Amino acid sequence: MGVKTEFQDDTLYCYLSGEIDHHQSFAIRLEIDDKIENSRPKTTILDFTDVTFMDSSGIGLVMGRYKLCSQYDGSLTVCGLSDSAYKVMKLAGLSNIASIKKGGIKNEHK
Amino acid sequence: MNINEFKMTVDSRSVNEGFTRTAVAAFTAQLDPTLEEINDIKTAVSEAVTNCIVHGYKNSVGKIFITVRIKSESAVLITIKDRGAGIEDIKKAREPLFTTGGSDRAGLGFSVMESFTDRLTVRSAVGRGTTVTLYKRIFGRAK
Ligand SMILES: Nc1ncnc2c1ncn2[C@@H]1O[C@H](COP(=O)(O)OP(=O)(O)O)[C@@H](O)[C@H]1O
Ligand SMILES: [Mg+2]
Repeated sequence: MGVKTEFQDDTLYCYLSGEIDHHQSFAIRLEIDDKIENSRPKTTILDFTDVTFMDSSGIGLVMGRYKLCSQYDGSLTVCGLSDSAYKVMKLAGLSNIASIKKGGIKNEHK
Repeated sequence: MNINEFKMTVDSRSVNEGFTRTAVAAFTAQLDPTLEEINDIKTAVSEAVTNCIVHGYKNSVGKIFITVRIKSESAVLITIKDRGAGIEDIKKAREPLFTTGGSDRAGLGFSVMESFTDRLTVRSAVGRGTTVTLYKRIFGRAK
């Protein structure tokens, strides 16, 4: 549960898992921010493939990480969204700031 | 008239966010909802309960009162209430992106509740607390 990260070729891969709500997102945020600040990636990828539930805390998570990545001139990609997570993300109109894809990158990458 | 009713009271601790949305969804399962309907309910309840914790009882721990009423073969009414801070301007609070929280709050909780249910009612008084009512029609798999 939570997040696993991997840094490779200027890209930070963040594999999120479990339920993303206000309670769970706190630790996830700290972990990802720590990794972004230390590695200053060109691209940060948030992979939601193993996320089983998400409310608007997930939007806050994406928006906050977008702001941090921008500080280091990095871009943000969100992928692996389930239909229900996508339904939540859509409300925020996040496609303006992050590239949002439904499919995951996990299988290609691993 | 209610066909069936379930009440619970929990402390406003964030660890209860997962438990409360799951419990409400499990009780609603008797209406044979689709997976999407179940997810809509979970998400809307999660928003309302989180608001009690984060905004209602911002600097304290209080009680959250949840009632789930099965109204018919195809409708559920969920009430989530706190006796916390209350909301000064409900209309403004319901606007998308409005938040009095920090940078990690999206200000989209009410927008989620509105679009994931069929009716959202908010009653609130400053210093007295907030009551959110979610009405959701369940079309289900078989019906
Ligand atoms: N139970 C509550 N008690 C007091 N204030 C609340 C409550 N619920 C919502 N609010 C107010 O309404 C605003 C908008 O809520 P919401 O749309 O869920 O966004 P967010 O939780 O991200 O701030 C909150 O920032 C807060 O000011
Ligand atoms: Mg909220």
